[in-house]
Amino acid sequence: MTYQFDFSFIYEYRAMLAHGIAYTVYLTLVGGTVGTLIGTVGAICRTWDIKPFAGLYQCYVELFRNTPFLVQLFLIFFGLPSLGIRMSEGQAAILAIILNVGAYSTEIIRAGLQATPKGQIEAAQSLAFTRWQIFFYVMLRPALRKVWPALSSQIVISMLGSAVCSQISAEELTFVANFIQSRNFRAFETYFLTTAIYFAMAFLIRQSLNLIGRYAIVRRPLP
Amino acid sequence: MMTFTLWDIVRNLLLGGALTLLLSMVAFVLGGLAALALLFARIAKHRPPRGLAQIYIEIFQGTPLLLQLFTLFFGLSLLGLDVPAWLAAGVGLMLFSSAYLAEIWRGCVESVPRGQWEAGASLALTYREQMRHVILPQAMRMAIAPTVGFAVQVVKGTAVTSIIGFAELTKTGSMIANATYQPFLVYGLVAIGYFLLCYPLSWYAQRLERRLYATRTN
Amino acid sequence: MPLVRTNRLHKHFGKNHVLKGINLEVEEGEVVAIVGRSGSGKSTLLRALNGLETIDDGTIEVDGTALVAEQGDLRALRQKVGMVFQQFNLFPHLSAGQNVMLAPQIVKDTSKEEAEVIARSTLARVGLEHKFDAFPDQLSGGQQQRVAIARALAMSPKVLLCDEITSALDPELVNEVLMVVRQLASEGMTLIMVTHEMRFAREVGNKLVFMYEGRIHESGDPQTMFANPATPEFANFISSLD
Ligand SMILES: Nc1ncnc2c1ncn2[C@@H]1O[C@H](COP(=O)(O)OP(=O)(O)OP(=O)(O)O)[C@@H](O)[C@H]1O
Ligand SMILES: [Mg+2]
Repeated sequence: MTYQFDFSFIYEYRAMLAHGIAYTVYLTLVGGTVGTLIGTVGAICRTWDIKPFAGLYQCYVELFRNTPFLVQLFLIFFGLPSLGIRMSEGQAAILAIILNVGAYSTEIIRAGLQATPKGQIEAAQSLAFTRWQIFFYVMLRPALRKVWPALSSQIVISMLGSAVCSQISAEELTFVANFIQSRNFRAFETYFLTTAIYFAMAFLIRQSLNLIGRYAIVRRPLP
Repeated sequence: MMTFTLWDIVRNLLLGGALTLLLSMVAFVLGGLAALALLFARIAKHRPPRGLAQIYIEIFQGTPLLLQLFTLFFGLSLLGLDVPAWLAAGVGLMLFSSAYLAEIWRGCVESVPRGQWEAGASLALTYREQMRHVILPQAMRMAIAPTVGFAVQVVKGTAVTSIIGFAELTKTGSMIANATYQPFLVYGLVAIGYFLLCYPLSWYAQRLERRLYATRTN
Repeated sequence: MPLVRTNRLHKHFGKNHVLKGINLEVEEGEVVAIVGRSGSGKSTLLRALNGLETIDDGTIEVDGTALVAEQGDLRALRQKVGMVFQQFNLFPHLSAGQNVMLAPQIVKDTSKEEAEVIARSTLARVGLEHKFDAFPDQLSGGQQQRVAIARALAMSPKVLLCDEITSALDPELVNEVLMVVRQLASEGMTLIMVTHEMRFAREVGNKLVFMYEGRIHESGDPQTMFANPATPEFANFISSLD
């Protein structure tokens, strides 16, 4: 008995697949952007030890980095309603991703801020930069530049991790795959194809982030 | 309807937690062994093994663990193998770990300065001897902290195996949450369980890293 | 017959033709100083002599062992040619003694006891027998470089290559290393060294090699060369030094 591989379902389900891909991209973009903002604020609070936020951030970071994303998702989606906080699948998914990226990026950016050489700050002070200018030009920008690769990797990892959002029925790519395979009974082909799509997306997102890093953060001087 | 005392819940979760721990250790240890083989292929002198290892690593680092498990699970059953969930979970997580560990370790090997290789070569050591006596001892020292750090990712990764039906901590939690209608309590306890497993590892990894950093800079 | 002989040695890095037919002969016991501008190919030549750079054309012969482009027995060659690097390159996970003992044990199958005897005596030659158990990060730069010299000597090489071995040192540590080299020279060790220490090259060297754009542009007795530069390029080079 030989098994015939059949990928013809792609065409039939192309609209659904496109929806799933778009949803996953949305989760990644919004999660990555808002998460990084939260992380930047967190890194600032932790670096200057701004009370009580520094301590709160530390608890938040440790809690989120030391528990599985899936459990965070379940706690938000299934657990919070018993405290009267009710959310849709999509809201729960995006919230979980934001919080997750926020926790990791706090630590990543903090490492970058801490690596600012003291001499650079002193040099800027001697040039009469304001505090805010010193922070922005001498600390934050170089820090972001330095940690951009790590931040990019973390965002890609979050994108891959978002596959488990299917478990609360958020309509991202894996949810779509589950749906398709329950219809066509071609589980292997469906998941294989979906895996390939994720692979391509991971590649494209990484490339885009590299480009953003090169042109927006490093700011190549104009020729 | 059955009623659950808090102790019933905790007792069942502890059981699931034990399976989580077991799965983590098996995946980490076997994955580590596979990673070692992968590492040597990845840094081999010849192109073919290097390329193959790189493809393997990129595939496993570029796709979701959940989809790796699905593909493995359903792929094996296509071959007529009826794989139990625990086996698919173990194998899947092992393959996943091996790719990440191999890449972490490669980073450590490559961060040993080129001058160390050259000093070894100038003393007439062969490639293997340079690797064994000069490079690996230094790389291993650097690898400890990130390796312990990655153990946290493995423990967290085991949660994903609940989706293919392996009754570890998260799966046990889901079942109890459905039966007790107390999702906040149960998932809260589950989260605490993971935290207790992961936090000591994270803490230790950070301490190791700081110590290594301190010795390198003075 | 010369101890070291290169014949029409060529090396390219991509389109960059770095060595353009080097013919160099070094007799046993000779001390050769190679000088020249940055980028003239001095390091590349030295590294090629030890097989750290492959060569594109030509041959290298050391004490009868030949190395032809792209092939040859590197292990045999390297046992006859020791090398000391600008950045010391000591093995940081091994003590000074272990650094010196490693290669004899692995390459020559020397027993551990014997290797230790060798290590102690070579460390004594560079004046560091008391640092046998110290780790590299516990030693000054000068001491590290002396351990690196001892490490190379422990293999009893026929010729020792030194690439700017004092350039990474604080000025006050340069002399202790030069003293060791001077001592080796007086003991009859064959030395090929790239150096910026012109005074040292003049005093200790028997032969001076001036490299210019990948060629040996001028070579001979150091005193004569410094007194009467034969080419305008070398004259230029010396005058740019003071
Ligand atoms: N690994 C390499 N890859 C590419 N080009 C190289 C490499 N090593 C050296 N070069 C080039 O070869 C040329 C000669 O370099 P080499 O290091 O031999 O010069 P040098 O005479 O030792 O100079 P310096 O006095 O600065 O040490 C230079 O143009 C250099 O840029
Ligand atoms: Mg040089």
